[in-house]
Amino acid sequence: MIFVRLIVQTVFFAVGQMLSNKVRAFLTTLGIIIGVWAITSVIAAVGGLKNFVLDEFAKFGATKVFIWGNVPDSLRDKVTWEEVRLSPADGEALRKHSETLERLTMQTSLGATVSHGDKIKQGVRVTGIEPDWHEIEQRFVMHGRALTQSDDEGELQVCLVNEQAIEELTLEKGGVGSYIFINNRRFLVVGVVETKEMSPMFGGGEARTEVFIPFRLAYRLRDWPWVEITAQMKSPDIAEDCKEEIRFILRKHRQLPADWEDTFEMFQMTQALENFRGMAAAMTASAGVLVGISLLVGGIGIMNIMLVSVSERTREIGLRKAVGANPVVILLQFLIEAVILCIAGGVVGLIAGQATTLALRNIPDFPMEGAEIPVWAILLAFFFSAGVGVVFGMWPAIKAARLNPIEALRHE
Amino acid sequence: MGTERVHALAGVDLTIEKGEFVAVMGQSGSGKSTLMNILGCLDKPTSGTYDLNGKPTHKMGAFELARIRNEQIGFVFQTFELLPRLTALGNVQLALLYSKRGWIGSRREAKRALDRVGLGSRIRHRPNQLSGGQRQRVAIARALVNRPAMILADEPTGNLDSATSEDILRLFGELHAEGQTIIIVTHEEDIAGHAERIVRLRDGKILSDFPTAEDPIHNAYLQRAVDIAMLRASTGRQPGNGGHGNGADGGAA
Repeated sequence: MIFVRLIVQTVFFAVGQMLSNKVRAFLTTLGIIIGVWAITSVIAAVGGLKNFVLDEFAKFGATKVFIWGNVPDSLRDKVTWEEVRLSPADGEALRKHSETLERLTMQTSLGATVSHGDKIKQGVRVTGIEPDWHEIEQRFVMHGRALTQSDDEGELQVCLVNEQAIEELTLEKGGVGSYIFINNRRFLVVGVVETKEMSPMFGGGEARTEVFIPFRLAYRLRDWPWVEITAQMKSPDIAEDCKEEIRFILRKHRQLPADWEDTFEMFQMTQALENFRGMAAAMTASAGVLVGISLLVGGIGIMNIMLVSVSERTREIGLRKAVGANPVVILLQFLIEAVILCIAGGVVGLIAGQATTLALRNIPDFPMEGAEIPVWAILLAFFFSAGVGVVFGMWPAIKAARLNPIEALRHE
Repeated sequence: MGTERVHALAGVDLTIEKGEFVAVMGQSGSGKSTLMNILGCLDKPTSGTYDLNGKPTHKMGAFELARIRNEQIGFVFQTFELLPRLTALGNVQLALLYSKRGWIGSRREAKRALDRVGLGSRIRHRPNQLSGGQRQRVAIARALVNRPAMILADEPTGNLDSATSEDILRLFGELHAEGQTIIIVTHEEDIAGHAERIVRLRDGKILSDFPTAEDPIHNAYLQRAVDIAMLRASTGRQPGNGGHGNGADGGAA
C-alpha cells in the first residue's frame, strides 16, 4: 500500500518534472521518438504490403492446391511420363476420400481449331472442366447456364465461351445458343464465362479467347490427355495435413511401393504465401535492427540526462533521505522518472508513426490502403521504451540511491 | 600512507531528556555538525552508542535509519531545503510520503502543521512566492508533521534577518512549551540564549553543559552586551561588533 502510494506520487512528480523542462525532455527522448516512429511506420508499411499481397492471393485463391503427375529423378528408369499422368480415377479417389479438400476439378486442355460461320481461329485453348471449376476459379457464368454434372457424364457437346471468344468468332445474340465447331465437332454454346482480371503478380494480363467443354469429353478427345487437378482446401491453416492426405490417397490409389518417391507433384498457394511472409518478416527484422540501434543511442541519451538530473538534484535527494526516504525509494524515483521520460518519447513516436501511416494510406495508387499499426506493435513500442528506461535509468538511479545524505545536503 | 586518524567526536557522553530545548554550540571544526548528523541518524558513530527513545540506533541499517528519520526526527536546515516545484503543502506532505501512516488524511495533517506555524493561508504558494521566514516556517511544518520525537535545527536562522530570526525562535519556544523536544545547532549566543540548556563542544569533546541561566559563557556574553549598551548610552559611540564569539569561548578556556 505504501509502495503504491509512493509510485503514484513519484509518477506525478516525474511528469511534473518532465513538463517543467519540455525542450530538454524532447531532445533527450529524440532517439526513442525516432526509434519508435521508425519501427511502427515500417511495421505498418509491411503490414499494408502484406494485406495487399494477401488480397491478391485471396483473389487468386489462397486455399488452392495444384496437383499433376511427375516422374521423380529416382524413378526415371522405372516409370514413364505416360504412366504417371493423373487419370480421372485419381481425381475420383481424391474426391471420394479427402477430408481436407472442399472441392476439386480435373482439367485438361487442348489447342484446337475453333470456327463459327466463316470465322476460323486456330490454336484456341479449349479446356475440359468439371462443374466445381467455377467456384474454385471464382469465374461464374454471366449469361446462360454453367456446365452440369449431366453434361459431363453424358459427354454432351456443349461449351462455355468468354467474351473475347464471342468477339473473335462474332457470335450472335451474346453468344448463348450459337453453335461453334471445335476440331470439326459441333458444340452448343450454353453460357458465357466471366473474364477474370488477374493481377500482374500472377501472370495475368491480356484476355485470350477461351472455350470450356465438359471434362470427360475433353479427356476422350485427346489421344494422350494430360490431366491436372485444381483443388480447394477447406482452410489455409490445414495445408500440411492436406498435403499429407493427398499424398496418402494418391500413393494408395496408385499402389506405389513404400520405397518409391511420389509419382505426382503438388503446389499449394500457401507455400507461396509462406515465402512472402518470410520476406515480410525479414524486412521487419532488418528494420528492427536499425531501430534497436536508434533505441540504444536513445537510451544512452536518457542515461546521460538522468545522470545530469541526479547531480542537479543532489540536495533534493539529500532532503528526501533526511525526511525518511530509504535507498530503494530513491532508486525507484529516478527509475520511474527515466521510464516515464522513455514512455513519453514512445508515445510521441507512436503518434508520429500513426501520422506516417495515415499519410501512406492516402497516397493515391499506392498499395498501402491496409497499412495500420497493429496492437502488438503498439504494445511492443510501449514495453520497449519502458525497457530502455529501466535499463538505462538504472545506473543513474543507483547512483542517486547510494548518495550519502550528509554530503548530498552539503552539495552546492 | 601514515595519515593520522582524526576523530570529529571523541568521548562525548550526552543525555537529552524528552521535552528539553537544547542548543549545541561550537566553532566550525568543533564536531557539532558530526554530533548533529549522529543525533539525526544521518550518520553512525564509528564506535560508541546512540540510543533514541530507548532504541540503539548505531546498530541499524540504512533502511531502519531512514524509518527512524521519518518517524522520530524533524530536520530544519539553514537553507530551508524546500523543493521549488512543490507548494508549501506539497513540501510538508513530502515527509508524510515516506511515512507508514496512511496517505488518506495526509493533506489534513499537512494543513494542520502549516496552520500551527502560522501559514494556513499560504498552503498553495510555492517557495519562490514566500519570504525567507515563511520558507523556514514551511520547513518547520514539514519537520513537525510526523510528530517527531525531536526537532533538529541546524542554524535555522542563519539565512534570516534578525527580526525574522526572532519570530522563528519564538515559534521554537512555543513548540517547546507544548512539550516538543528541540535541539538547535548554532554558533550564535543570541540564538542559543533561547534554549534552556547549552551544550558547548570544542575539538570533538564536550566543553561545558549547563542550563542557560547558569552557563558562565552565556552570562558573560549577556553581561558584555549590557556593558556595551551602557557604554553606548554614556558615550553615544557606535558599538563594535567584532569578535564577541571568539572572546566568549576564549574566556571560558
